[in-house]
Amino acid sequence: MDATAASSPAPARPRPVRSPGYWTMVGRRLRRDPVTMACLAVLLLIVLSAVFADLLAPADPYKASMIRRLRPIGTPNYPLGSDELGRDMLSRLLHGGRMSLVMGILPVLNALIIGGLLGIAAGFFGGRLNMAIMRTIDVLYAFPSVLLAVAISGALGSGLTNAIVALTIVFIPPLARIAETVTTQVRGMDFVDAARASGAGSLTIIRVHLLPNVLGPIFVYASGLVSVCIILASGLSFLGLGVEPPQAEWGLMLNTLRQAIYVQPWVAVLPGLLIFVTSICCNLASDGLRTAMEVKL
Amino acid sequence: MSAFHPVHPLDPVPDLGGPRQPLLSVENLTKHFPLRGGFLGPKPVARAVDGISFSVAKGETLGVVGESGCGKSTTARLLMRLIEPDSGSVTFDGEAVGTRTGLSLRDLRRRMQMVFQDSYASLNPRLTIADSLAFAPMVHGVSRREATEVAGDLLGRVGLDPASFLRRYPHELSGGQRQRVNIARALALHPRLVILDEAVSALDKSVEAQVLNLLVELKNQFDLTYIFISHDLNVVHYIADRVLVMYLGKVAEVGPVEAIYGRPAHPYTRALFSARLSMDPDLRTMAVPLQGDPPNPINPPSGCRFRTRCPHAAPVCAAVEPALLDLGGGQAAACHLHDPQSGHPEAAHAA
Repeated sequence: MDATAASSPAPARPRPVRSPGYWTMVGRRLRRDPVTMACLAVLLLIVLSAVFADLLAPADPYKASMIRRLRPIGTPNYPLGSDELGRDMLSRLLHGGRMSLVMGILPVLNALIIGGLLGIAAGFFGGRLNMAIMRTIDVLYAFPSVLLAVAISGALGSGLTNAIVALTIVFIPPLARIAETVTTQVRGMDFVDAARASGAGSLTIIRVHLLPNVLGPIFVYASGLVSVCIILASGLSFLGLGVEPPQAEWGLMLNTLRQAIYVQPWVAVLPGLLIFVTSICCNLASDGLRTAMEVKL
Repeated sequence: MSAFHPVHPLDPVPDLGGPRQPLLSVENLTKHFPLRGGFLGPKPVARAVDGISFSVAKGETLGVVGESGCGKSTTARLLMRLIEPDSGSVTFDGEAVGTRTGLSLRDLRRRMQMVFQDSYASLNPRLTIADSLAFAPMVHGVSRREATEVAGDLLGRVGLDPASFLRRYPHELSGGQRQRVNIARALALHPRLVILDEAVSALDKSVEAQVLNLLVELKNQFDLTYIFISHDLNVVHYIADRVLVMYLGKVAEVGPVEAIYGRPAHPYTRALFSARLSMDPDLRTMAVPLQGDPPNPINPPSGCRFRTRCPHAAPVCAAVEPALLDLGGGQAAACHLHDPQSGHPEAAHAA
C-alpha cells in the first residue's frame, strides 16, 4: 500500500526510537538563553546565601555596638558597613535574605495551591461553580493589591504569620484567574473530548490530560509573582505590619535605615538594592521560563 | 491475542439484534443552546439540532452533508454524549442509550467512537503517541503493558511503523500521520460504530485519498459502521452508502447515495449539488445555486426552514412544516413539492 510507504521512514536513515521528553527540551532551550541562565544563577546564589547565612555571616547580626554606628562600606570588620545600631550589615543582609525569601515565596506558593485549585475546578466544571468561584474572586480582585495587603495585615495585626496570610489572600485572585483561563482553554480542546469519549472519568482526565497542560503556564505566572510579593512583603515590613524589629528583613532594614540616608547613603541603599536584584531576576527568569515552556502543538 | 480471556475488556462487543436491526437509531434528537440575554420573556436559544430522526444499518457508511452551521458536528457530539441532548432518544443495536435500564455511557463509548476534524487539537501535546493510544484501553482496565502492545498493533494497522512512532510526540508528526493516530485511537476499544467528523477535511488532497482508502480498509478489517460527516460532496459520494442532508438543524433529505446524487428530491439538495463543480466544462453553469447565507438558527423561518431561499416557495411552505415523506427506494425528503395533499401549487406535477 502506498500509504504505508509514504508515512513510514526510509529504512536507510536511522531514527532515534525515543524522542526527547518535554522537560528535556525545556532544559535544552533554557540553556541556550544566557539572560535567563544568568538570572537563575543570581537567584541560586541569593537562595544559597540565605540558606547558609549562619555559616557565611562573619558576625552576629543582632550584636549592636553604640560606638560603631553607621560605618561606611569597607570599614575593617564591617565589609558592608554597619547600621544605625552598629550591627554588621553583611551579616544582617545575609540573614535578612532568609526572611525576605520566605515572605516572597511562601505566600505565592500558598496562593498557587489555593488559587490554582479554585481556578482549575472553576474552569473544568464550568457552569454555576465557575460563576460562584470567579465572581467571588472578582470581588477580591477589585481592590488594589497593596491596599488589600495593608488592609488585611492591619486588621490581623503585625507579625510574620499574619503578613503571610495577608499576602496569600492578595495573590489568590490573579492565580485563580489565570488557572481558570488556561483550564477553560485546554478544556475546550478536542483531546479532552476524545478522552471523555473513551469513557474516562473527570479525575482521570484532569490528572492525565488537563494538569500537564495547565500547570506549566500557571507555574510560570506564579514565578513572576514572587518578585511582586517580595516587594509587597518588604512594603509591609517597612510600614511595620510584617516582621518586627530586631528581626533582620530587607524591607524592615530599609525602613530603619531611612533616617541614615543622608549620613551613609550607600549603606542605607543596600537592602533596597538586594530587593531590586532579586525581584528583577525573578521577573526575567520567569519570562525566560515562559518562552522555553511554550508548547508546540 | 485476546481470545484466551473470555471476558477481556477489549473483546469485540457481540451483535445483538441480527443484521436486520439498525445499529443506531435516533428519534427526535434535539439540542437548543441557550444564549445570553433574554431578561424579559423567554431566553433566546440557538436551535442547533431540532428534532432529527434517522437510523444507521449495520455495516453501512452514512454520509452526513450540509452547509457549515447546519448542526452536523452538534449531532456527532450528541450521539457521543459529549453534550447532553435536550430531548430525543438514541438506540444502539436495540438498547436504549442513557436510560436506567439501557446502555450506560461507559458501555456506549466502548461501542461508539469518534475521530475529530482538527488532528492537531485532538492529540494531547504532552503525551507520546503510545500513551495517547494506550489511554482508552487503560481506562477500561487493561494493564499498561498490554495497552502499549495494543497501541503498537494499532499503529501498524493504520500504516505507521510502531518502532519509530510509538515514542514520539504529536508535534513531530505531519497532519496525515496525526489523523492516522487519531483513527487508531478511535479503534483502540474495538468499537462497532465510528463517527468521522470531517476527519479528512483538513488534509491535503493526496493524503486525504490515502486516509480514505485506509478508512475503507479498516472498515472491512474491523467490521465497522461509519457515520461520515463532511462538507465535501465528492468524498461523501466515494465513501458513503447512504446520505443524510441536513439544513438548519433539520433533516432535509435522506436516501441511498445514487438516489441522492442522481435524483435529488429536495430543492435544497438540488441547490447543494448544483454548487458542485462538474468535471465536464460543458456542464458547468453560471447560475448562482443559492443566494445569501442560511437563516439564523436563533429565529428560524416558520414552516419549512428552506423557504427563504427556495425557488419553489409557496404560501403553504410558510404555514406548515413539511414532514419527511417516503419517496420509495429508501429515499425520503421533507418538502411539500412531493406531497400532492400539501396544497403546494407545484406539488401535482412534481409528484
